[in-house]
Amino acid sequence: MSVDKATVAKIASLARIKMNDAELERMVPELNGILGWVEQLGEVDTSGIAPMTAVIPNHLRLRDDVIDADPLTGGGRRDDVLANAPAAEHGFFGVPKVIE
Amino acid sequence: MPENANTLTDLGVKDIRDGVANGAFTAREVAEAFNTAVAGAAALNAFIVTTPDHALAAADATDAKRARGEALGKMGGVPIGMKDLFATRGVQTTAASHILEGFKPEYESTVSSKLWDAGAGMLGKLNLDQFAMGSSNETSYFGNVSSPWRKAGSNAAMSPGGSSGGSSSAVASRIAPAATGTDTGGSIRQPAAFTGICGIKPTYGRCSRWGIVAFASSLDQAGPMARSVEDCAIMLEAMAGFDPKDSTSLDMPVPEWEASLNADLKGKKIGIPREYRMDGTDEEILKSWEQGKEWLRDAGAEIVDISLPHTKYALPAYYIVAPAEASSNLARYDGVRYGLRDLPDGAGLQDMYAATRAAGFGDEVKRRILIGTYVLSAGFYDAYYNQAQKVRALVARDFEQAWAECDVILAPTTPTASFPLGSLNEDPLTMYLNDVFAVPASLAGLPAMSVPATVNGDGLPLGLQIVGKPFDEQGVLNAGFAIQQRAGFSAKPDKWW
Repeated sequence: MSVDKATVAKIASLARIKMNDAELERMVPELNGILGWVEQLGEVDTSGIAPMTAVIPNHLRLRDDVIDADPLTGGGRRDDVLANAPAAEHGFFGVPKVIE
Repeated sequence: MPENANTLTDLGVKDIRDGVANGAFTAREVAEAFNTAVAGAAALNAFIVTTPDHALAAADATDAKRARGEALGKMGGVPIGMKDLFATRGVQTTAASHILEGFKPEYESTVSSKLWDAGAGMLGKLNLDQFAMGSSNETSYFGNVSSPWRKAGSNAAMSPGGSSGGSSSAVASRIAPAATGTDTGGSIRQPAAFTGICGIKPTYGRCSRWGIVAFASSLDQAGPMARSVEDCAIMLEAMAGFDPKDSTSLDMPVPEWEASLNADLKGKKIGIPREYRMDGTDEEILKSWEQGKEWLRDAGAEIVDISLPHTKYALPAYYIVAPAEASSNLARYDGVRYGLRDLPDGAGLQDMYAATRAAGFGDEVKRRILIGTYVLSAGFYDAYYNQAQKVRALVARDFEQAWAECDVILAPTTPTASFPLGSLNEDPLTMYLNDVFAVPASLAGLPAMSVPATVNGDGLPLGLQIVGKPFDEQGVLNAGFAIQQRAGFSAKPDKWW
């Protein structure tokens, strides 16, 4: 499988990365080089093999059902959460107008 | 005080810890010596920011503890470099990207926090490939890192490897006794091999991922980089341990790796995977591999041939799985919550996302996000991502079957020695091949280490890789220890910086 410029533009749009024509042109052969190379995985007989879901067997733990059990990751830290925001206003993240 | 600054900066973790504990020198003297060395090594570009005050404050705390007669930590008095992928409270954390420039976390990563609790101090945040994506340290927004090593008779700047290239450069040049690294597909081992130092990636889950900027979460593991196997063992003890804040953290006690180091390998079997004899592997690397077998045989081990039949497919599987996870992990950089925002005039929310990410990510990061987005997209998911995860399961099964025949595996770390910066840039695939020997252990989550073996005809270091069973860091460290004792690697880069 290979990609053309229109496909790369579509992927870039899905990934929310703005790309101009020159960047798209440059990306097409680079991505095709990589996609052509990974194509060899098709040679491997994987019938009956389950895709890996955990590299080291482990079980998913649930935290204690307690509010702010870990104060570091609990609530009540609005100022910390907003400290690095490029545009924090009135205790919220500021974004461009979404609804007219 | 007989020591001067130069001899102090020649010391590693163990010697500094022991020297501070027994009063041969103070932690403050050590921190001052390394701070001076760091300040004098700007030409390496190993650090993105330096934090001399952090190192001094930690040193003073250790000296005060000693004065009060209290026990010092595992890393008491040892200043280290911190890869700029670990969130450090109040200290800029960038992952070497423009999109996180100026980001000062309000929290400390679990690994760095454990290191400070163990008495270590921070010399600064180390440069790396952007978002840990790269094998040469040429994708950082903050410029290339130079290896302290140069080819005999040449002044060309050499690659320190990647992505932990600031770490490898700093430790090899002796401006830091040790540094943290992270390894997703070889990012500790390959730079360690390129610069003649040691580095170990523990079993997946040993070190908490909490507070480490995520690249590919099913592969990312932190580990130490230092100049000896003992130093790696000490520092890994300080970094590892269960963390409820990481859902894949291993709930197991941390072994006493340092105290249990043992270079006597009697009764141990060392597997030599035949599929690692690949076309394009440097003759001198193959020779050092043969030498490694001799060293381990001399340590009492038996050498056995093994087969890891899916080795060839590990790298292409990695280049589907890792970009897929990266495209998902890096979706969080949106110009809203932290980091860069690019808001063109009159732009709406979607345009702001796209402009911010266009301005904030470098070319290699964009390439991997696009690959990841493509292989996860409707219609291609099964052919690419699912097939890659099946191949990954087969790569892991190869290792499981090999453990019936051997205790650890010996292989080269890299197919070549370091190369000049800028020499492998025309084709991403050529660069990816650097990690061909490192990636299989990453896909299987296994502990793996690189130790320096020798220097090649150009005077550049070559590393040997040891891969172990899950949770058997001790077996890996012991084989590394046996090699270290026999290799007697003492080559040092000549100071030019």
